[in-house]
Amino acid sequence: MPHPASNTAHAGTLLGRLLIAAAVATVGFIIVVPLASVFFEAFAEGPAAWWNALAHDPDTRHAIWLTLTVAPVAVAVNTVFGIAAAWLVARFRFPGRSLLITLFDVPFSVSPVVAGLALVLIFGRQGLLGPTVEWLGVKVIFAWPGLVLATTFVTLPLVVRELIPVMEAIGPDEELAAVSLGASGWQVFTRITLPNIRWALLHGMVLANARAMGEFGAVYVVSGHIAGATDTMPLRVEKLFQEYRTPASMSVASVLAGLALVTLLAKTVIERQIEMESRELELARSLIDTLDDTRTGGDGL
Amino acid sequence: MSRLPESNFAPVFCTSLIMKKHHSIRRTTVLPGFGMSAAITSLVITTMVIIPLAVLVLRAASLGPEGFLAAAWTPRARAAYAVSLGASALAALISSVLGLLVAWVLVRINFPGRRLLDALVDVPLALPTAVAGLVYSTLYVKRGWLGQLLVPMGIHVAYSRLGIVLVLVFVSLPFAIRVVQPVLESLERDTEEAARILGASRTQTFLRVVFPAIFPAVLTGFAMALARALGEYGSVVFISGNMPFKTEIAPVLIVSRLEEFAYTEATAIAVVLLGISLAILFVVNGLQQCVARNAQ
Repeated sequence: MPHPASNTAHAGTLLGRLLIAAAVATVGFIIVVPLASVFFEAFAEGPAAWWNALAHDPDTRHAIWLTLTVAPVAVAVNTVFGIAAAWLVARFRFPGRSLLITLFDVPFSVSPVVAGLALVLIFGRQGLLGPTVEWLGVKVIFAWPGLVLATTFVTLPLVVRELIPVMEAIGPDEELAAVSLGASGWQVFTRITLPNIRWALLHGMVLANARAMGEFGAVYVVSGHIAGATDTMPLRVEKLFQEYRTPASMSVASVLAGLALVTLLAKTVIERQIEMESRELELARSLIDTLDDTRTGGDGL
Repeated sequence: MSRLPESNFAPVFCTSLIMKKHHSIRRTTVLPGFGMSAAITSLVITTMVIIPLAVLVLRAASLGPEGFLAAAWTPRARAAYAVSLGASALAALISSVLGLLVAWVLVRINFPGRRLLDALVDVPLALPTAVAGLVYSTLYVKRGWLGQLLVPMGIHVAYSRLGIVLVLVFVSLPFAIRVVQPVLESLERDTEEAARILGASRTQTFLRVVFPAIFPAVLTGFAMALARALGEYGSVVFISGNMPFKTEIAPVLIVSRLEEFAYTEATAIAVVLLGISLAILFVVNGLQQCVARNAQ
């Protein structure tokens, strides 16, 4: 959250106003105008046309359904992974730990197209596991499992990177105390760890979900872009655009943009919650310190 | 306000090299769950990160050095790298400058609507790139809201490199802002105030006192913006027209090769792109340590 600016005199000066105008113009021109135009264009022909484009086109309906089934699976997998990996990295020390932390960042830096290509090289017809997968009768590339894999890859870092700083900041004391009092691993996890990390976890899941629903490049490569079968919502937007059906494309895009705004709202609410709780924690800790000092006569003895 | 979490690979790695005395498997601890968390983590990381990237590299390596060069260094590929790197570098530069401006205004100036502006900065992080591409393309074609104004002036944004740069600025701007913002917030004002008291002008104070202190953060923001822009695919395909040798970026070339079933060539180009991306990842990590050390 931004701190109250200490140099408040600036807002009244000419320089201050110029800077504000420049910043607002920057964000307005680059971010707000494009975002607003999605909604304008989507509803340009009226709400009925907007609804028609979404509900009465079977390929679009399928795309919506596909996005809604692929994204949650990817988020679920990455939530489990994120919790396990954060626990491992934050609570234990072992050789290779730093390398592992860097590996978490790799999906962030790799182009999604490269990720999709790697999956095709593994599961495609001529790929490493291609014959195996075909023998099993499972379709990965050009099918739902491939979409899930690609989406899971690109959202991999999002939950774990949220959890590690929080778990390191909180420290293992409470969990150690629980273990010493006889709690089982599961009890420690559900009663101590999870409540402590719940907001950071939620924050990560919200970000992962937004990313999962919007992923384009990796899914494009892996899906074969088959309308009505493997097109997610973002791919549907592109296909409609290629077919010169821009109003329909805008309608689907407006749903995605609306979801993005909901994501931002949820994110802001969660961040406020985190900040409130960390302030309460600080307050509690300083109270305990003060009480400690008073009790021991102020010299720690 | 959202913060981008950091990786602390570089300093820990270097420190452990220097202080390499004991190798303990793990700190003796009674905390449960090492086995299970290690199993889940290794399984996922191996299957989802290590194996795919290894397959890519090995497949490209199987070409042999001449084969690899023949595939990855064709004239069309070279043009694609140039467009990708050039547009990304330019976009990252613009994002860094504008990002510094916006971060400054958000941190140093109080004005109505500041919280809204702060929240809006995150929009490109949440918005699907396909939507961004669609919208930018629609805005800047001849009949678009902004195209109507710009095309008569001779400024073609759609189907041009300018459009690529613009769209890359959109996706990379939040990175530049969010890296500099916390550093600006935690900057101690004493030195600044001392400089002003001693008679320095605002410009002098900014150039000599503030900017050197935030420069590592600005540089990190630039690197992160660059990394983000290099990998971008979804938004660029809408606006660039994807013309080989002119507006084709490397990821588009990879997909194009894939669609023609030229897997080997696609893999070779992908490995080049991967190499550049990983190099930037390490640079960013190193820079983030500089930032963290300076902020203390």
